[in-house]
Amino acid sequence: MPQVTFKVWRGNKDGGQFTDYQTDVTEGMVVLDAVHQIQAESAPDLACRWNCKAGKCGSCSAEVNGMPRLMCMTRMEDLPTDQPVTIEPMQAFPLIRDLVCDVSWNFEIKTKIKKFKPRKPDAEDGTWRMVQDDVDRVQEFRKCIECFLCQNVCHVLRDHHKHETFIGPRFIAYTAALEMHPLDTEDRLADLKDDNGLGYCNITKCCTKVCPEHITLTDNAIIPLKERVVDEYYDPIKKLFRMFKPKK
Amino acid sequence: MREFTTHEYDVLVIGAGGAGLRAAIEASGSGVTCGLICKSLLGKAHTVMAEGGMAAALGNVDDRDSWSTHFADTMRGGQYLNNWRMAELHAKESPDRVNELEAWGAVMDRTKDGKILQRNFGGHKYPRLAHVGDRTGLEMIRTLQDHGIHQGIKVHMEVTVVELLMEGGRVVGAFAYEREHGRFIVFKAKAVVMATGGIGRAFKITSNSWEYTGDGQALAYEAGADLIDMEFIQFHPTGMVWPPSVRGILVTEGVRGEGGILTNSEGRRFMFDDIPDAYTSSTSDNEEEGWRYVTGDKSARRPPELLTRDHVARCIVREVKEGRGSPHGGVFLDIAWIKEHIKDAEGHIKKKLPSMYHQFKELAGLDITKEPMEIGPTTHYVMGGIRVDAETQMSTVPGLFAAGECAAGLHGANRLGGNSLSDLVVFGKRAGEYATKYAKENSAGQINNDQVNKIANWAEAPFDRGDKAENPFTIQSDLQVMMQDKVGIVREENELNEALGELEKYKARAEHASADVNRDYNPGWHTALDLKNLLTVSEATARSALLRKESRGAHTRLDHPDKDEQEAKLNNVVRKGPDGAMQIERVPIPPIREDLAQIIEENK
Repeated sequence: MPQVTFKVWRGNKDGGQFTDYQTDVTEGMVVLDAVHQIQAESAPDLACRWNCKAGKCGSCSAEVNGMPRLMCMTRMEDLPTDQPVTIEPMQAFPLIRDLVCDVSWNFEIKTKIKKFKPRKPDAEDGTWRMVQDDVDRVQEFRKCIECFLCQNVCHVLRDHHKHETFIGPRFIAYTAALEMHPLDTEDRLADLKDDNGLGYCNITKCCTKVCPEHITLTDNAIIPLKERVVDEYYDPIKKLFRMFKPKK
Repeated sequence: MREFTTHEYDVLVIGAGGAGLRAAIEASGSGVTCGLICKSLLGKAHTVMAEGGMAAALGNVDDRDSWSTHFADTMRGGQYLNNWRMAELHAKESPDRVNELEAWGAVMDRTKDGKILQRNFGGHKYPRLAHVGDRTGLEMIRTLQDHGIHQGIKVHMEVTVVELLMEGGRVVGAFAYEREHGRFIVFKAKAVVMATGGIGRAFKITSNSWEYTGDGQALAYEAGADLIDMEFIQFHPTGMVWPPSVRGILVTEGVRGEGGILTNSEGRRFMFDDIPDAYTSSTSDNEEEGWRYVTGDKSARRPPELLTRDHVARCIVREVKEGRGSPHGGVFLDIAWIKEHIKDAEGHIKKKLPSMYHQFKELAGLDITKEPMEIGPTTHYVMGGIRVDAETQMSTVPGLFAAGECAAGLHGANRLGGNSLSDLVVFGKRAGEYATKYAKENSAGQINNDQVNKIANWAEAPFDRGDKAENPFTIQSDLQVMMQDKVGIVREENELNEALGELEKYKARAEHASADVNRDYNPGWHTALDLKNLLTVSEATARSALLRKESRGAHTRLDHPDKDEQEAKLNNVVRKGPDGAMQIERVPIPPIREDLAQIIEENK
């Protein structure tokens, strides 16, 4: 393959611009390889996050030709190389520098979600029993590598900046994993409804589309939780029951 | 003195993979203040890459398993250079640590009766690895992370430690920079736990990310700690070899645990050709028996693909060298063949090895349910590291503890797959526990301003190198090629001597590694600073490898191809001499306790 032009975003929170770099593209190369090559050849201070280079750690999230992707899993062969390849940082978070964003908001959100609270152990030796089918259901969400591409693409965060009142698809799925955990006894529905802004999601499924782990966020996590909230708080018969039920 | 941001903790944990997180959880749960430093973001450390599972003698799948068998397997795998007390503690405590993860929310695969499922792995006599498909490490790190964030641990993300701060012979803190703005930070601590992982970036072909530059080992060395067994570097037999950009990325041993076979260009299962004496009684000599083992027949012996990693890697190198390799210089690993035995092989493979399926499909355009993979050895793990006390995990420096890959002793000359994840939680907990005890018994030390100023100046030097400035990426990349060539899978005296000569030149070149004057998130600067640690661990490895004149475990000498009984009694210990030069000493392995010797004998 020939030399390819990359338009890479260079800048910080005060502003920036696309800068052109040329580098050789060889067989099997991914976009992250190109970024590393550019670093080594012409821009040693080009800021970029990465770790595993195998789609397992979720560090190298960026927007390649406008699409939210992991750079390590985006093969050059799948991109048109007769025109420049653009690489820019995620848009839903404040920029630190070049391709690196400040994603600390995500880490703060997680600490606010009620932690795992298991039922009493099933066996005398302090262990539990679970069936594989129940395990499979939550394992889908536990596959999440926390790349935050779903957060990046969610219009509630990206366009409407509701970071204060909406936790985003990643943490709805995180809550779903806890709520559907076979051993968990905690109740997070009130938080989901009130503080976590579950109602903001209008199921456009953008998050599902960009998930590199192919987690069906909308269908398997968000919609079932919306249903649970509706059942719990908006079902008229249940509401009637609640009026007479003694408070916990 | 210049002013720096300062944080003060009772216990400071450096490194936030499995071992660091487990240590921090232990410390913060014991009534002391705890700071946790991550070189990357929280949850991205290399633990996340671990695939196959976590070894613990739960006996859920085969009730013949027990801690004593696990102990004997670990010692045999390590060719008896292991710290036997660590191997004993590890085997005894790992089941509790695995169950504890479940209590904290981990969701592992199940047996039919609802217990934690266990799988076969190289060198383990019984199915022993608790797992989640082939993403066990992600499950472990996420469980520890999500539990830890509710414990009051103060997490410092994207912070790199440059030097340990000393008072007399004791550790009293650490000097670091944060990536975001390149500002320096002084951490004061009564006790420090090193949990920084490996040294894989010293080699060209590696499964390790940019972080693994031997920081923990090198910082401890500079602080006066002993390093031990540094010649033993595990080259995992199965890394990807094609396309070039993914060369070195790990292919889990779980592929072989699920029945994957290794073949050469002639289609021959070459692993049957060379079965070491210590394993002949437990290894099948025909394909039919091997398959029965994989499918759970307790009377069958395991297939030769599940021999220890050092041996499998050597056999692969032999096949390639003798011209029977695959088109891109590896051999074939075939899991698709199980369709001969299983009806829905495709579904089975996708269920058991989902991320391997994903990895090959997306990075190599290859469907592993239909075609064999091309694989070859990749630098994976260092058995050697900081010498620690088995019970407390304290190094030879007071107040400095170590756990996980950067500590040494448990694995001896070769680590068994699955023993790393259990190592992290068993000894992470111990390090946290004893660091806490130390912090409670000792008052805070005094930070030496001269040391702080000196190291701050050193860290800023790459911004102002003058005429002889050199690109740090070039130096690092050249070093990796040199180490791969001369201190790699097979070694000999001439090349090791050459490597030591080369390393002196690299030390000089590192003095000229330069960076653009920009402190914000500048990878060039960080790479320039990492070179020092990389050079320290490279030298420790080369010197130790030169001194061990035998082939044992992961250390293979062309000029000394056999085991030597005298060498078997010694560990190599590296430390910084009074003149600043690296010293190496041979230390006899303490005689093993009688009851443990008997367990080994009974399991032979």
